[in-house]
Amino acid sequence: MNKSRSNKAWFLVLPVVLLVAFSAVVPLMTVVNYSIQDIFDVNTRIYVGTEWYREILSDPRLQDSLVRQFIFSGAVLLIEIPLGIAVALMMPKTGNWSVVTLLVLALPLLVPLNVVGTIWQIFGRADIGLFGWALNEMGMNYNYAANPMDAWFTVLLMDVWHWTSLVALLAYSGLRAIPDAYYQAASIDRASSWAVFRYIQLPKLKSVLLIGVLLRFMDSFMIYTEPFVLTGGGPGNSTTFLSQALTKMAVGQFDIGPAGAFSIIYFLIILLVSWLFYTAMTHGDSK
Amino acid sequence: MAEIHLKSLAHSYDRTAAEPEYAIREMNHVWQDGGAFALLGPSGCGKSTLLNIISGLLEPSDGDVLFDGVRVNDIPPQDRNIAQVFQFPVVYDTMSVFDNLAFPLRNMGASDAKIQSKVGEIAAILELTDVLKKKAANLTADEKQKVSMGRGLVRDDVSAILFDEPLTVIDPQLKWKLRRKLKQIHEQFNTTMVYVTHDQLEASTFADKIALMYEGQVVQFGTPRELFEKPNHTFVGYFIGSPGMNFLEVKRCEEGVCFGEKIFTLNEQELKALEKCDSDNLKIGIRPEFIHVWDKPNGEAYKAEVEFVEDLGTYKIVSLNLDGLLIKARLQEDQPVPEGNAFISFPDQWLMLYVDEFLVSKGENNE
Repeated sequence: MNKSRSNKAWFLVLPVVLLVAFSAVVPLMTVVNYSIQDIFDVNTRIYVGTEWYREILSDPRLQDSLVRQFIFSGAVLLIEIPLGIAVALMMPKTGNWSVVTLLVLALPLLVPLNVVGTIWQIFGRADIGLFGWALNEMGMNYNYAANPMDAWFTVLLMDVWHWTSLVALLAYSGLRAIPDAYYQAASIDRASSWAVFRYIQLPKLKSVLLIGVLLRFMDSFMIYTEPFVLTGGGPGNSTTFLSQALTKMAVGQFDIGPAGAFSIIYFLIILLVSWLFYTAMTHGDSK
Repeated sequence: MAEIHLKSLAHSYDRTAAEPEYAIREMNHVWQDGGAFALLGPSGCGKSTLLNIISGLLEPSDGDVLFDGVRVNDIPPQDRNIAQVFQFPVVYDTMSVFDNLAFPLRNMGASDAKIQSKVGEIAAILELTDVLKKKAANLTADEKQKVSMGRGLVRDDVSAILFDEPLTVIDPQLKWKLRRKLKQIHEQFNTTMVYVTHDQLEASTFADKIALMYEGQVVQFGTPRELFEKPNHTFVGYFIGSPGMNFLEVKRCEEGVCFGEKIFTLNEQELKALEKCDSDNLKIGIRPEFIHVWDKPNGEAYKAEVEFVEDLGTYKIVSLNLDGLLIKARLQEDQPVPEGNAFISFPDQWLMLYVDEFLVSKGENNE
């Protein structure tokens, strides 16, 4: 073996390293930098170690937000994933109707986030909103601005309306990719339609559903605009999620140190949970 | 076990069209009970369509499919007692091999004891016993194909197994192994088997009888030897054999038919048949294997130019120019190849006359 070793290859990786450095590493390090110092002005900064982290982790309001956030993301996944699959299974496979359904389903995905919030804010109003008015006419005392349960219900419903299509479209593309031979073999094997779903469709959907679950988890865990427009985090703090609390802290109160620590923790939670989902769903693939 | 009878069967995918295009043109065909058959033909000749009609995945637009004399047109695949193996192995990825094999039995509500013994038996025959606990997703392609075959074999009620080009995705060195396995299974179970392929070698090693399909019709149904020695149709001559049959366009003349100056004598039977029709589409066919090649003038041999020689190891293919027509001859490895000019003769016995592309029989004495 007389290969001449050359380190030139490293130069070829350099552009990517620079790009990643400026897009991710440098901003992240800035945040880390903030999170371990108390900064008064450019020349006055004190190293505080983990103090900000301890403060954030023991803040009861933030703890409440975190719990709320997990409940919200959990509910989103539990509703949107099964519902999306169900919608995909019911969609026509060929012909003009499949095009129409695809278009209709894609519509909510094209609406800007703050417009979604505004739509539901008006839609849910008891005086001029069709949805709120109808519920009240039916005898329900529905008011998302005053009742925390109603606010939660509306935020969830809005998210389901907005994002179930994404899961449905992903699942639909996954279903279309299953060769006919599988269904034919199953029918020759006398499989019930449940067995077809359980042993053919669901396993074949796994990879697209993994993407669906990860996207929906991350997006719902970082949700900001829609509840901000719809409820402003209220009534009280009942719909204040983590990102809203963070914004309030960083931009509203300008507490850069605690906000930095908060961001790092927030980021790590998302990373950890995504990793958990990924391992759980790909576990047992190679046995 | 069952005899499969296709009665005046035809199929068009779009019957509403003004002039429907038929993927299967009207045919009558019987697959005898317990035989191993191949359905051979080029891509797009309708062989997969025909297979799907037999299995019930497709409903024929015209005619009937009969299993042991009973019309099954309206019976869905799951109630037809057939098994089908597809081009790409179909296994239930998340199940173990055992569960895959047990799946059809469980769907029928078989008892646990029965499932255990039946799956064990079939796994042993297919040499899958070692991998029974493995997840089906992690098998190799040939193992997967055996599993999908096994799902058909575990059922006692299977009357026919249909194969749709099952060896397409299998590695070449494993193909012959699996093919032998299939043959063995057929001998053991005596189930009617229909095997679709476009590979003549696969067809002739697997099947007792081959149905050769061309443009939506079975043009010949016979043993591999019959297809080779007496192709019914010019397409059979062209498709079977490597290289295919040589065809010379000929004209009527005094004692028979002529190719330029050369006269081919015909026997009585053939002359009679020629008298009866007035078609000018006449061809003489001869297999490359049956052409005699000499390096010196010899009796009735015709002079031809040697164009090139392909040496394929165990045999050689010589391309000859006979009055402007390219003729191929197959020579044994040890036979010398003449240089420049060669002299070739066509033994009468292997000269086939085709009128309008169909073979004219030489009569009984040549059987």
